[in-house]
Order: sequence, then C-alpha cells, then structure tokens
Amino acid sequence: MSAEQFEHPDVVLCPDGPMLLRGVDSVQDADGTVHAVDRPVVAVCRCLKSSRLPWCDGTHKVIPRGHS
Amino acid sequence: MRPLSIGDAVSSTDEVDDTGYVCPMILPKPRGNLSEWVFHRLRSVTDEPRPWSGAPIPGATEDEDAAIALWALHELSYGGFEDVSEHAEQDLAAQATRTHLERELEQRLRSRWVGRPVEPVEVPAAIDELVAGDDGPSLAAFVHRRADRDQVLELLRQRSVYHLKEADPTTWVVPRLPTRAKAALMELQFDEYGDGDPNRLHSHLFACGLEAVGLRAEYGAYIDDALPEVLEMNNALSMFGLRRRLRGAAVGHLAAFEATSSLPSRRMVQGLERLDFVEPMVRYYSEHVEADAVHEQLAARDICGTLAADEPAQAQEVLFGAFTCLDLEARFARAMFTAWGVEP
Repeated sequence: MSAEQFEHPDVVLCPDGPMLLRGVDSVQDADGTVHAVDRPVVAVCRCLKSSRLPWCDGTHKVIPRGHS
Repeated sequence: MRPLSIGDAVSSTDEVDDTGYVCPMILPKPRGNLSEWVFHRLRSVTDEPRPWSGAPIPGATEDEDAAIALWALHELSYGGFEDVSEHAEQDLAAQATRTHLERELEQRLRSRWVGRPVEPVEVPAAIDELVAGDDGPSLAAFVHRRADRDQVLELLRQRSVYHLKEADPTTWVVPRLPTRAKAALMELQFDEYGDGDPNRLHSHLFACGLEAVGLRAEYGAYIDDALPEVLEMNNALSMFGLRRRLRGAAVGHLAAFEATSSLPSRRMVQGLERLDFVEPMVRYYSEHVEADAVHEQLAARDICGTLAADEPAQAQEVLFGAFTCLDLEARFARAMFTAWGVEP
C-alpha cells in the first residue's frame, strides 16, 4: 500500500459531529456575516447549539443523539 | 502532600534577553535519595564519555522522588538545563536510570487499565465511548462556578508544567507513523504550533497569559511546586512520545486529550471572565474551544483510526493511551480538590 492514493476530502461530515472544511479562507454564517479562517481545517457546527456559531465548540456531545 | 501556596508574582523579563530568548532552567530540587543521586550524576557529566559500572540505582524515597528524577531525565531531550552538560542526554547512567524508571511507570499505568479486545475499525468509536464514560471530577467546572482567584492561579502554575511545552511530546511520534496518520498528525500539530505564526503557538499563548496575570512564564518556573500527579502526567506523555514502541499510546492519549478540551476550555473562559482575568489568559482557553473541536475529530479518526487500520496491533495501545490520559487527569483533579479542601 506504499504507493496507494488516499482519500483526502476537503469537506468531511463527522458522525454526530461538525463539518470539517479544509483549506478555506472564509465562511459566511446564516446571518450573512463572513468569518475569516486562519487555520488549515475548521469545524463548522451542525447541531446549531454551539456558543460560537458558525464554529463547533463541542456542544453536540452533550446533546442526546437523534435530537440534534 | 505539601501545602499549596501562591507563587511569587515575579516578572520574567529579567530572565529574557534582548532577543526574547528565554534562559534555560536549572535542575529542580531533588525530592529524595534517588533524585539526589541522579542530579549529582547529571551535574558531573562532561564532554568526556564516562563509563558506568551498572551499580544498583538507589531506590526512590517516595513516588515523587522517582517522578522528579524521570521528569529531569526526559527534559534532557527537550530544552535541557543550564547547569547540566548537553552530553548528559547520552550518559550511560542517565540512560539506564531513565529506562528503569520508565519501566516502573509503564507497569503502573498498565496495571490501572482494564483493556478489552477492539477491532481496528472500532477504534474511533471506542475512544468516544471512553471519553463519554469518563466520570473524573472536573477542574474546569469548578473554575467556571466556584473557584477563587488564588485557586485559579494555583491551577495555572500546575498546568504550566505541560502547557509551556504543549504539543511537543507528541511531535516525537511523527516519523514513527504510517502515511495517513503522519499527515493527519502534522495537520493537527501545525495548528498547535500557530499555523506558522509564532505569536499563535499554543505554548506561547499560555506564556503570554501567565505573564499577563503576574505569574512566571519561563519554562519550568514552577517545577518545584508541581504535584506528584502533575509529574506523573508529564512523564507518561514524554515516555509515550519518546519511545517508538508506545506510539499507539501516544496518539491515543492525544485523542482523549483533544476530546476533553473544547467544552472544558469554554468553562475555563467563563470562569476566568467571572473572576476578571485579563484577556491574554482568557485568549489561551478561548483558542482551545475552536481549535480542539477540530483536533478531536482529526485525532480520533484520521490519526488513531488510520494507525489502527494500518497496524492492527496498535488498536489496543491507542485505547491504553486514551484511558491513561483520562485517568491521570482525574488523579490530578482529585489531588487539587484535596489540596484545596473542597468537594469536586
């Protein structure tokens, strides 16, 4: 497998978790505000319960599964 | 346990030269016969290799005696000590003692862990399960609602032993990983190291925070006050990082650490704001809310999951490392609550 080509997607939906975005410069939130990105990968909240929308802050882990 | 006291609020500026270079630390205070013997040997090392008879290594006076000795032996591979030759890292007695103390530490850590068979493909879910089942007391919850300023300062001093070299122990692991895990660990570590901006290096953010709250920011400043649980935590992390055989445990530890960081960091932010801590200290924790929400996903899936898939024998080791991270944090938290005389 040494010369195998690996999957390396730019958008990753984490099970019961956020959406990871690789290599983006900015993200526009639901209010239309544009947030600059200054790290190689960001986690965008999908449960909408984060205290730092549009970013994930881990809150999904304390929400019962199936209710997110 | 020694009583906790708040350290001198000393500016570290007198120990930083014009270039911003922080002078290396000196050896810590010995905590018993063994560390006394080790430190004496280290101070006497020169650039002339010295034979070692293999004479018996003195027994430790107590656990923290062995812990501070091992901590110092590991530090020879990080920043070293001003009062010890750089050749000490290769000293035969230092190497033999380090191996001996690491064996004791590893046996102790493994004796606390009850493993169960796990398929490589189940590793990320098994890490999530361990983290979800963690019922250790939460220092962040205490800081959020109840801690006073002095208690938070004490916590910061204890945390400084690791946070001032944050991410470094795990960097040793990079060349020992297969392709996918290696790329993912570098993606995570790049962020730990500030994405190329020295001002955003996590250990530097913590140093800025310490200085802003009047604590000493130079590496190792509070090592003599470090609780035995803090030393054990740091020694486990260095041992996992420095020994290739323990690479699975190193990345498992990382995954559990990252998975228990975002929400507690948010509580730290709220607690520090409640107590009117200045912005640079709040910023350190604030940075970790967002960064570690990303890192925990990368660590569990792209690092640990792919390592277990490529090297199935590492699946159990990953869980051993993850368990150890949670267990050592719980022991540290209990020690702090006991020292403060408060219920978790």
